[in-house]
Amino acid sequence: MIELRNVSKTFTLHNQSSAVIEVINDVSLSVAAGECVALTGASGAGKSTLMRMIYGNYLTQAGQILIDGVDLVQAEPRDVITLRRETLGYVSQFLRVVPRVPTLDVVAEPLRAVGVSATNARARAEELLAKLNIPKRLWSLSPTTFSGGEQQRVNIARGFAHPYPAMLLDEPTASLDAANREVVLSLIEDAKARGAAIIGIFHDEAARVRVCDREIDVSQYTPGIAA
Amino acid sequence: MTPLLSVQGITKFYGQHIGCKDVAFDLYPGEVMGIVGESGSGKSTLLNCMAGHLTPDAGAVVFDTRTDGPRDTVTMSEPERRMLSRTDWAFVHQHARDGLRMGVSAGGNVGERLMAVGDRHYGDIRAKATDWLGRVEIDANRVDDRPTTFSGGMQQRLQIARNLVTGPRLVFMDEPTGGLDVSVQARLLDLLRGLVRDMGLSAIIVTHDLAVVRLLADRLMVMKDGHVVEAGLTDQVLDDPQHAYSQLLVSSVLQV
Amino acid sequence: MSDYNFAYLDEQTKRMIRRAILKGLAIPGYQVPFASREMPMPYGWGTGGVQVSAAVMTPDDRFKVIDQGADDTTNAVSIRTFFERTAGVATTTKTSQASVIQTRHRIPEEPLSEGQILVYQVPIPEPLRFLEPRESETRKMHSLEEYGLMHVKLYEDISRHGHIATSYAYPVKVEGRYVMDPSPIPKFDNPKLGDMAAIQLFGAGREQRIYALPPYTQVVSLDFEDHPFEASKPDHPCAMCGAENSYLDEVITNDAGGRMFVCSDTDFCEARQAAGHTGTMNGKDAA
Repeated sequence: MIELRNVSKTFTLHNQSSAVIEVINDVSLSVAAGECVALTGASGAGKSTLMRMIYGNYLTQAGQILIDGVDLVQAEPRDVITLRRETLGYVSQFLRVVPRVPTLDVVAEPLRAVGVSATNARARAEELLAKLNIPKRLWSLSPTTFSGGEQQRVNIARGFAHPYPAMLLDEPTASLDAANREVVLSLIEDAKARGAAIIGIFHDEAARVRVCDREIDVSQYTPGIAA
Repeated sequence: MTPLLSVQGITKFYGQHIGCKDVAFDLYPGEVMGIVGESGSGKSTLLNCMAGHLTPDAGAVVFDTRTDGPRDTVTMSEPERRMLSRTDWAFVHQHARDGLRMGVSAGGNVGERLMAVGDRHYGDIRAKATDWLGRVEIDANRVDDRPTTFSGGMQQRLQIARNLVTGPRLVFMDEPTGGLDVSVQARLLDLLRGLVRDMGLSAIIVTHDLAVVRLLADRLMVMKDGHVVEAGLTDQVLDDPQHAYSQLLVSSVLQV
Repeated sequence: MSDYNFAYLDEQTKRMIRRAILKGLAIPGYQVPFASREMPMPYGWGTGGVQVSAAVMTPDDRFKVIDQGADDTTNAVSIRTFFERTAGVATTTKTSQASVIQTRHRIPEEPLSEGQILVYQVPIPEPLRFLEPRESETRKMHSLEEYGLMHVKLYEDISRHGHIATSYAYPVKVEGRYVMDPSPIPKFDNPKLGDMAAIQLFGAGREQRIYALPPYTQVVSLDFEDHPFEASKPDHPCAMCGAENSYLDEVITNDAGGRMFVCSDTDFCEARQAAGHTGTMNGKDAA
């Protein structure tokens, strides 16, 4: 489902004496449907960078990133947009939304984007928000004013609203209490069970052990760390 | 799939000075394209060339018309182009007063495009105008008030209603949130996003506000000195800019 | 009389104006620019109409001038005298006997016939000016038939007054093509514009425009399906001649709220009275 072939990335900092930084060198990996793979490595090893590359958020200089057969590196922007809308989900650590939009609509939006009716999309959003213990009185408010943990849970609800066949999870259990952590882990297990291919970053080792089938140490691909 | 708009080698000179040079891209139905750059980078020139307000010195702007398929709007006759700009195209000006008739009631402003395409039933026109005021969150009992009595944000929303009432497929926006205070901007962005999604609109938004494109645009072009220096997915260009100027632009902004 | 060229204007000027008139007749409703001359009267007193009259007048013509229907008001009298002195043409107040009729703000009640010419004085020839101040833009709108704006004006009327309150200078569409300002005639007169046997010429001196309706032209007043055009007038008979279907002026008779309605077309009213018709005011009070 997700396949990387000889993927490399450098950052060129034009405004800082054109320094060229190699961050990822020659990564090849593949994740099958129903599989969850953890990216590991010390801080700065490039876990998030690699994940952002797989989402198309960072530009990849060399290699191929195939999501459901589509090469993200070569794809036209509109193909990437379609892929993100229908196939590839991403739960980042940060919630980025239009201010003033009610939480319920924020969570329902990925479903609305794939053509689910407003009623059904909201029903699914309500179900997820309830599951993640977001108090009902907050649903009609914009999440921009929520606490960090609440924002994180809204972000997760949004990420899991549409059943993406491929998912990228960046620290999904960070800053969650035990109960909510349990909900998130069960969401991940459900996603695996329906056949989603998942790549995740988990500092939470117990969580990693519980949901992940394999671990890939990103440090081995980071020239900066070796040097 | 046919692009809704195919811009090919658009070039415009002001005497010796380059307005914009060799700009090309395809815009597909439902896509929102942002164009950013500093003042004088050529983004407004490009927008005006695409919308038919300026005649480019070279290049083609091919629009997929409802009746005849792809047509070059640069070489199309003026009546046809003006008809397009009343039906399938919309243009949202930065200053609402440029896009509104300030001496005409809100209902008349919204109804004008309907009457321009031949609607001749007062009751229907008024009902549609009232419906659109509701969609842009203007109270229906303001339908007979002139825009001079509206706040800046309301005027901008009225301008949007006036433009969208005939169900256009492509909207050109020139700094749509410029000059509005931040809370009003947010409301407008939310509104635009909903309309774009629900009506399946394609849009081209010129702005210097990176936060606006982050929230509204799927794709982004960065312009400098009349040239497109970088283009790609909005979040990719903003989070991993490749060109020196894009990097400078992104790093110069406080918290996008 | 001999100090002036016939009908005041020099022949070159008349030829220039005639060319504009012929072009106007060829393109009904289209505003033809012309080089309006300084006339010995202020703008707003009919300089456009006078130039058009001068250009079409021949020594055999019989000339009539009306101002809001009346032959005896200052404006009408002075223009009539002007042509008596500069052209030496015969004048009349009888509509049927006139070959050229210059009018301000009315069409005579009596139907005109072939061979007659009706010359209108026009203050603002551009019907779109109300909402679009740019001449370059209004010309483009005419050439591209973009007339949505005209209905915006009517829409505004209905939204503000509940009905189309425009009661004079009511816009019309000519032969399905040009939208035209019929000059400030009451909308009561609008139905007479269409299918008229006489030639209708419109002259705007200050604005330097001439436009025309050849005989039997189709002229339609603009309206909405649910607010159709209505040629309205005060709901009274004429107090002098008892006419039920003529356009009426309201005359205040005293400071106690007394008033009466009389025909605005004086020739029409006098002819009816001469034929024995009487109204409520006539007969019982000779003063």
